[in-house]
Amino acid sequence: MPRDAAGLRMRKEAVSSRGMQALALGISVLFLVMLLLLLAKSRPLLSGYSLTEVLLSSHWDPARGQFGFAPVILGTFYVTFIAMLIAVPVSLLCAVYLSEYAPGRVRRMFSSFIGVLAGIPSVVFGICALLVFVPLVADYIGPWVGVETTGLCILTAGLILAVMVFPIVISLSYESLQALPIELREASLSMGATRWETTRKVLFKAAGPGMLSAILLGFGRAFGETMAVAMVVGGKNQMPSLFAAGQTLPSLIVSSFGEMMSLPLEQSALVFVALFLFVVVTVFNLLARWVEKRLQARWKI
Amino acid sequence: MNRRHLEQQVALCAMYGALVMVVVSLLLIIGVTVLRGGHVLVTRPEVVVTPPGPRYLLGGGGGFVHAILGSLYLVLPATLLASGIAMGIALYLQSDYTSRRTAGAIRNLLDALWGTPSIVYGMFVLTILISLQQRASLLAGIAALTLLEIPIIARYADAAVQAVPPMAKETSYALGTTRWENSQVVIRYALPGIATGVLIGLGRGIGDAASVIFTAGAGNNMPSGLLEGVTALPVLIFQQASSFYPSVREQAYAASFVLIVIVLVLNVASRLVTNYFARYIPGGR
Amino acid sequence: MESEIQIRDLTITYGGRHHVVAVNNVSVDIPRNRLTAIIGPSGCGKTTLLKALNRLHDIKEGVQVRGHIVIGGEDIYQSRLPVFELRRRVGLIGQKPYPLPASIYDNVAYGPRIHRRAKGGELNEVVERCLRQAHLWEEVEDRLDSPAAGLSVGQQQRLCIARALAVEPEVILCDEVTSALDPLSSQKVENLLRSLREKYTMVMVTHILRQARRLADYVIVMYMGEVIEAGEAQEVFGNPRHEKTREYVKGIMAGA
Repeated sequence: MPRDAAGLRMRKEAVSSRGMQALALGISVLFLVMLLLLLAKSRPLLSGYSLTEVLLSSHWDPARGQFGFAPVILGTFYVTFIAMLIAVPVSLLCAVYLSEYAPGRVRRMFSSFIGVLAGIPSVVFGICALLVFVPLVADYIGPWVGVETTGLCILTAGLILAVMVFPIVISLSYESLQALPIELREASLSMGATRWETTRKVLFKAAGPGMLSAILLGFGRAFGETMAVAMVVGGKNQMPSLFAAGQTLPSLIVSSFGEMMSLPLEQSALVFVALFLFVVVTVFNLLARWVEKRLQARWKI
Repeated sequence: MNRRHLEQQVALCAMYGALVMVVVSLLLIIGVTVLRGGHVLVTRPEVVVTPPGPRYLLGGGGGFVHAILGSLYLVLPATLLASGIAMGIALYLQSDYTSRRTAGAIRNLLDALWGTPSIVYGMFVLTILISLQQRASLLAGIAALTLLEIPIIARYADAAVQAVPPMAKETSYALGTTRWENSQVVIRYALPGIATGVLIGLGRGIGDAASVIFTAGAGNNMPSGLLEGVTALPVLIFQQASSFYPSVREQAYAASFVLIVIVLVLNVASRLVTNYFARYIPGGR
Repeated sequence: MESEIQIRDLTITYGGRHHVVAVNNVSVDIPRNRLTAIIGPSGCGKTTLLKALNRLHDIKEGVQVRGHIVIGGEDIYQSRLPVFELRRRVGLIGQKPYPLPASIYDNVAYGPRIHRRAKGGELNEVVERCLRQAHLWEEVEDRLDSPAAGLSVGQQQRLCIARALAVEPEVILCDEVTSALDPLSSQKVENLLRSLREKYTMVMVTHILRQARRLADYVIVMYMGEVIEAGEAQEVFGNPRHEKTREYVKGIMAGA
């Protein structure tokens, strides 16, 4: 009887470890399969057009067989750039305040705030952008700089993306500041540095890798964000301009979906867009990890 | 001396400014949704429980109970599946099962998958559907959401499993347990972290539109079977938000209200769960 | 005895409602340009008292400091001088060395640069002088631009001392500065402290009784947050008045 029990336990152990190994392997395989399948399905496009042609041409007219992604790629970078321009300084300042200055109560309240902000679905951000940012840009910012705009434009998309990127950059940079030993601050303060000097000259440097990685991850998030952008960007494949309707890679997929089923080549083109997004964002995510590890090892702090 | 003091003050002002900006933007988002959506829900509360009428998206009347149900049918099985798979991965990443190198590589991969835009998952499942000559369905939507949630839950579970004190494991091993039996001890210790991860995965899944918009169907029918199309709340919101008909847009606001309430409840729940479990773990509080 | 620091009725508490009194109604003087050791069992409030001397408790929440600390005629908790100027005058060397994430040179130059005390060639001189003063110059002369984190722990600690000297402090606080070091490095650091005591008012916290015997001119004994005895080292060690001191000096008291 005891021997049987031992046998059963051994069998459970063997089965479970095999199973878990299969799952872990499966997730790695999934990554490859995604990459390969997307690549295979964008073949029809890439066999008909050269990569440079597709990436650099600015004519997009699937019905006539023209697939130029330049305006959309530029639009994506434009929108992401606007978002980061706002989000990076604001988020870093916020993280510094929370980590270095805020009293405990404020800190706790704010971190749950950030948690909530991080969990809000992107369509809700989209609704908010439609209700607040679109009129803001159309009725105030536009007239103020002397431009007529509907508000459905690149700028609005950038603004809402900035808000969506806040939680990532704030919470990750906050964590990397908190990971620094208090003695580092004490050392700098004891030499007569102000708290701001300590932050600027010591903490920013010591937490730099973590902050840089936070920014890269924020970039990845903004680059691939779909719904909120699609709702306010205007959806026109033209060269991006701040107050004009534009298009980003993810929003292109969403807004062309209707036609997609009828034109096989366009279908392939949109799969190619997904592949492009996948590759770019993955590169940024892996870069973020690498930066954090490499730079941290260098200063050993 | 004065200059340094001034610099400090300016920096502090900039920080306050940044803080106000972030807080205001959050309040704006929640506030606007609550006000506009709440107004609709107060005047037309029946939209939450009414199925859509004919020509629904063209202002034909009816409600969005089909999207609420659709979301639940999509996200609950997906979270269940993803949690199971993620747990297996997280346990496997322990040093008991695999080398540090392999674990590190898989973690990098999970991080990369976590950051992958959800539209990529949507397109991936869609290309499979097209290859198999299948139509969008509840099943395909569940598959896309599962893929989306696995890396999130796995990373949370992994962090929780890694935080289990080695002493706890060693004591258990010293009693002659196998790795599998020991894993049950580990799970008990890591439960708060795992539960948080599951709730966060659930929140992410229920709010995501990009992965299900092509895969689940986005039609205006009540969910009727695993191989039939369904729609989800966020997808519906997306479709309605830019409608020409004010009455349709209003439904989007109401649906956003419902969605934001669900997300907030999940957020609060994850906090409560963490605190609740923490009491049963030595040093957990 | 000419005193540099006068502490009067100093009470330091941690936490809000269920607060802990770490330092209880302490009044004591610390002599100028000599080395004062604060000794006592662990948890008696030595380090808390030390960090109050350059207002480091300001950055922690829930720490309350009441009473007066007068350094060089200036009541540091009431003074109108900015806190960073007070801290420049009162340097601190921590338990473990924490080099700033920068090169060896920049570590030492950090203070003078902030205070705009030196530039260019002058700065080079300051760095060299401080590194020499810290008995580190010969070892790092040829690699001033390499990261400070690459030094051995003992060297790092001497670098931290050089860094503190560079802002020309009047008082140097040392918080168990040898506790992270191996015996050989400890000895080097002890020699260094000995050589500094003529020029600076030094206050060191130590739990190593023999170290206090070797280095201190003046000794403050703390027990449960209170100063139970203070006086010339010879007297305190040779002829302790308080019963607890006697036990401690004999090595009976807990934590010795």
